[in-house]
Amino acid sequence: MVSAELSKQLNTEGGKMSLEVDLSIEKGSFTALYGRSGAGKTSVLRMLAGLMQPDVGEIFVDGDCWTDTSKNLAKSSRYRKVGFVFQDYALFPNMSVQENLEYALVKGQHKSSIDPLIEMMELGDLRSSLPATLSGGQQQRVALARALVQRPVLLLLDEPLSALDWQIRQKLQGYIKLVHDEYKLTTIMVSHDVSEIWRLSDFAYVLEKGKVIRQGSPAETLASKYGVYGVFDKIAEVISIDADRAMLLIDQQCHWFTRNQLEGEEPQPGDRVLLSPRNGGIHIERIA
Amino acid sequence: MHTILLTIDLGPLWLTFKLAIITTLLLFIAGIPLAYWLAYSRSKARFVVETLVSMPLVLPPTVIGFYLLIAFSPSGSFGIWLEQWLDLRLVFTFEGLVVGSIIYSLPFMVQPIRSGFVALPENLMEASDLLGKSRLTTLRYVLLPNIKSSLLTAAVLTFAHTIGEFGVVLMIGGSIPDVTKVASIAIYEEVESLNYATANDYSAILFVLTFLMLLLLNLSNGGYFKGLWKW
Repeated sequence: MVSAELSKQLNTEGGKMSLEVDLSIEKGSFTALYGRSGAGKTSVLRMLAGLMQPDVGEIFVDGDCWTDTSKNLAKSSRYRKVGFVFQDYALFPNMSVQENLEYALVKGQHKSSIDPLIEMMELGDLRSSLPATLSGGQQQRVALARALVQRPVLLLLDEPLSALDWQIRQKLQGYIKLVHDEYKLTTIMVSHDVSEIWRLSDFAYVLEKGKVIRQGSPAETLASKYGVYGVFDKIAEVISIDADRAMLLIDQQCHWFTRNQLEGEEPQPGDRVLLSPRNGGIHIERIA
Repeated sequence: MHTILLTIDLGPLWLTFKLAIITTLLLFIAGIPLAYWLAYSRSKARFVVETLVSMPLVLPPTVIGFYLLIAFSPSGSFGIWLEQWLDLRLVFTFEGLVVGSIIYSLPFMVQPIRSGFVALPENLMEASDLLGKSRLTTLRYVLLPNIKSSLLTAAVLTFAHTIGEFGVVLMIGGSIPDVTKVASIAIYEEVESLNYATANDYSAILFVLTFLMLLLLNLSNGGYFKGLWKW
């Protein structure tokens, strides 16, 4: 269980902003922090990791106090046992994939304990490669594996897939879900990708200008009510679909549609579709 | 070149390189923590320290030499303290030349290393921190290996700059053969005595050696020796 009350004055591109956030995160859950750039998502994550201190606030993780400004207490990030995946991966350029993971080992931890991670992330052939020679997706897998070597209490992901293209992102979402489930982690992910949040998380906080404006399941917080106006030859992503309704992601906004609003091919979750108006409804055509 | 080496007194050259090697080694050891502090400290005192470190770049060497001469004078209180407690005399001695060279060449060691640290992405240090590693471990295994070219630049510039010292060493060391008479002073004295041929011999050796050193540095920074040194 993670509970945090955080308050901090931030300097953003748009001037000073007051961040006031209360979080209550269940152990083992996958929580997303969603919002536009500059909403304060990354600052919240950095405060949880101990890389930034709140002006006022407290953070408790499994009953352990990590931060309490009233007592002038701030546990060093070095001792928080947090796995952190940076947006730009932050792999050590001088070390190979294997060395990056070995560096993360704690005293007494055997080198072989990184083998299951290498296998899970399919990094076996890249053990001796330097980060600069890896693709973005491969670097992300190494960063994820490195963050897990010490079996962290919390896994914090700062827009982990934002620099990757759509197909690689979908594949890596699978890896993230796999490690979250396999290692029974409590994961907090910053993202502005609705489809990513929908696939991975079971709870979402929506931040705007430093405040939580909505919280709940992704369905409750991210989707608009049924339908969307002006759907003319739009490309959408199918988030979920059942007998009664479908959720489509259009222009980074989720929209519910009843099944009788839609006609055409039968899509699957994850498919990309072309929407066009036809016969008073919306025609769906799957695209590669 | 072989004939030159046989005809001139090699003492000043030997002394010059001994001074440059010792200065570079000592500054390398002291420069890394100082550059680290200047790069990462948020203390306001860093502005003062940074200014002091940069002073030798703009101050006439004779000014530094003059103040060192006054400070280390055996009749001054600091000079007396050094002699009584550390049995150390820094005026007109090789040890004094080393101290003067360290102060004079400080910016040439510290600035490139500091720039190297500053150019590294901040999150490398944060990532290491989050893995529970100490500052020293992070410095040794993450930061220093990623600023190798800055370290090499700093060492070569310090070495080359020490070879070229004149004002400071003349003020604090004078010109005692085999003790403080380095090559730059030998050249000056040979010219004053109108021995242009000998002055030219010393000058040519320094010219060629410093050219080669800087050429090797530039080749290294250009990636020509990539993979030759790894730690």
